[in-house]
Amino acid sequence: MINTPAMNAADLADADDQGTKVTFWTRLRRHRLAIVSIFILGFIILAAVLAPVLTHFITHWDPNVIDDKAWKGDPVPPCFVNALLCGGHILGTDEVGRDLLSRLLFGAQVSLQVGIFAVIMELIIGTVIGAVAGYYGGWVDYVLMRVTDVFLSIPLLPLLLVLTSIVATSSSKASLSFGVIVLIIGALTWPSVARLVRASFLSLREREFTEAARAVGNDDARIIFRHLLPNAVAPIVVQATLDVAGVIITESAISFLGYGIQPPTASWGNMLASAEATLQTGWWVAVFPGLCIFFTVLAINYLGDGLRDALDPNTR
Amino acid sequence: MRRTLQSIPLLLLISIILFLITTNAPGGALAPYLANPHITPADIVRLKHNLGLDQPVPIQYLKWLWHILSSGDLGWSTSNSEPVVQAILDRAVATLELTISAFVIALSLGLSAGLFSAIKPYSFWDYFITTFAFFGQSMPVFWFALMLQLALAVHGIPLPGGYQIKLPSAGISSSDTFDLGDRLSHLIMPAIVLALLQLALFSRFMRSSMLEVMKTDYMRTAQAKGLDFRTVVMKHGFKNALIPVVTVVALSLPGIAGGAIITETIFAWPGAGRLFFNALQQGDISLELGYLMMLATLVVFCNLLADVAYAWLDPRVKYD
Repeated sequence: MINTPAMNAADLADADDQGTKVTFWTRLRRHRLAIVSIFILGFIILAAVLAPVLTHFITHWDPNVIDDKAWKGDPVPPCFVNALLCGGHILGTDEVGRDLLSRLLFGAQVSLQVGIFAVIMELIIGTVIGAVAGYYGGWVDYVLMRVTDVFLSIPLLPLLLVLTSIVATSSSKASLSFGVIVLIIGALTWPSVARLVRASFLSLREREFTEAARAVGNDDARIIFRHLLPNAVAPIVVQATLDVAGVIITESAISFLGYGIQPPTASWGNMLASAEATLQTGWWVAVFPGLCIFFTVLAINYLGDGLRDALDPNTR
Repeated sequence: MRRTLQSIPLLLLISIILFLITTNAPGGALAPYLANPHITPADIVRLKHNLGLDQPVPIQYLKWLWHILSSGDLGWSTSNSEPVVQAILDRAVATLELTISAFVIALSLGLSAGLFSAIKPYSFWDYFITTFAFFGQSMPVFWFALMLQLALAVHGIPLPGGYQIKLPSAGISSSDTFDLGDRLSHLIMPAIVLALLQLALFSRFMRSSMLEVMKTDYMRTAQAKGLDFRTVVMKHGFKNALIPVVTVVALSLPGIAGGAIITETIFAWPGAGRLFFNALQQGDISLELGYLMMLATLVVFCNLLADVAYAWLDPRVKYD
């Protein structure tokens, strides 16, 4: 029973490896959970994009407006819990009487954008540093990799908290805007990408096509970006996908602790900040934002897993 | 040996970067005093001079470093009015109690789940375990903590016969005298929360490592010799599959220490992570710097440990 060939996606992929784009899609389609995840993510992104429309026509409440008719001090229950008291709030309200569903929709915009933009930043910094280190080697590589080691050796969450708290005390907590959070997260997460790109470049630069590209007179920048980088894309794509999930969790954690996105702007993380206090009176305040984070991150992780199988069948 | 020496310049570089980041903080170490209306500008100047903050940054750094190397002194914690080292060490016992419990849970359950998964790949239980691991990795730690509190502390789980499982939601103990049952009831929720991520990670690595080993020739040989399945799996398979997992386990140790910040804050656990978060809220720069430096040292040490353990367990690996 030990040697039963396991029929998983990777094994099947080996059989029909044609090296074309067609095989990428056929492989990805075999990963059923990745396909389901694409649809779930599409739905979440659509909901985020349409948040202003959806709040206007469905929830009827602005995310930052307090409903002082229905709200009497405790969170207003969702309509499926108590249709008489819910006052038209489909998922109820938070602890100060703002519509929970409206805030979830607008919070989706914030959480997804932080994830995407921080990873774009991480990719830019990480790719340039990794590419330069791997391509030139020598002392350039040595210096850049030691800096990378430093950032890999300091645990992300505490360092992130220190940086955002410094920004917060330097002016006020309100200065912790969306852009600042993205910048800080991007500036701390690039080392994983840099290592990955460097590893690919170390082997790619020894290949014959690199030699050929150099022989016909291409300059270094062109060789790096036009010849080497396209060959290193597969692992970067997988890492970037998984990192979007990681950043969404990280942002929600620092927002939960009060050093991320600042209220009244809703993010899934800061919506949970006061949830511990209302666990007794309104479980929905704690449950729904967390479910949103959980399912988004789960879908992105499954998608990343599917991409890994489809792009690089040799790993795992 | 060379690797041990390499970690010294790395630690120095870490200390320089951390020092630059934290001393650039507005107000720096004086922030708590600046906010105090009873302290006059003249006092600030005097404090600045006494703390050496009127000197150039490189001198400040070298002094700070010298204090650490000569006497293990990381500075004065303004939020606790005691030396930083003292403040952290006082809470370290509570943090160790929590992290070791979490680590034991993660290790025992994670490794056995991964092993079980790999022995019967693509079975129902394999799918169950891998799905659980994926869920565990996608769960925000603080939300998992909130949900556990909601289920076990606020509502409680009813058991047949009128009993119910209900756990305290915060603190390390509710009685002054030592009471094991009481201590455990406080420990169990934070320990599970802290263990979840590592549990998921360990089970995934154990599974993939064991699957690799199952394909090897020596496993087939062992079975062909007529050994029973149990011996083959445990003595020939598990031991070899454990080698790459040891690295992952060593590398995850600092992650548990860092994760303790969220867990300790939510469960009001009187450990070093909560101390750090309180310091953060009060602008206690020396403590933040000291805590980060200790964690980074732990990371560098664990990296070293992982390399050494790997070479020791697998004689084929040699470092120069």
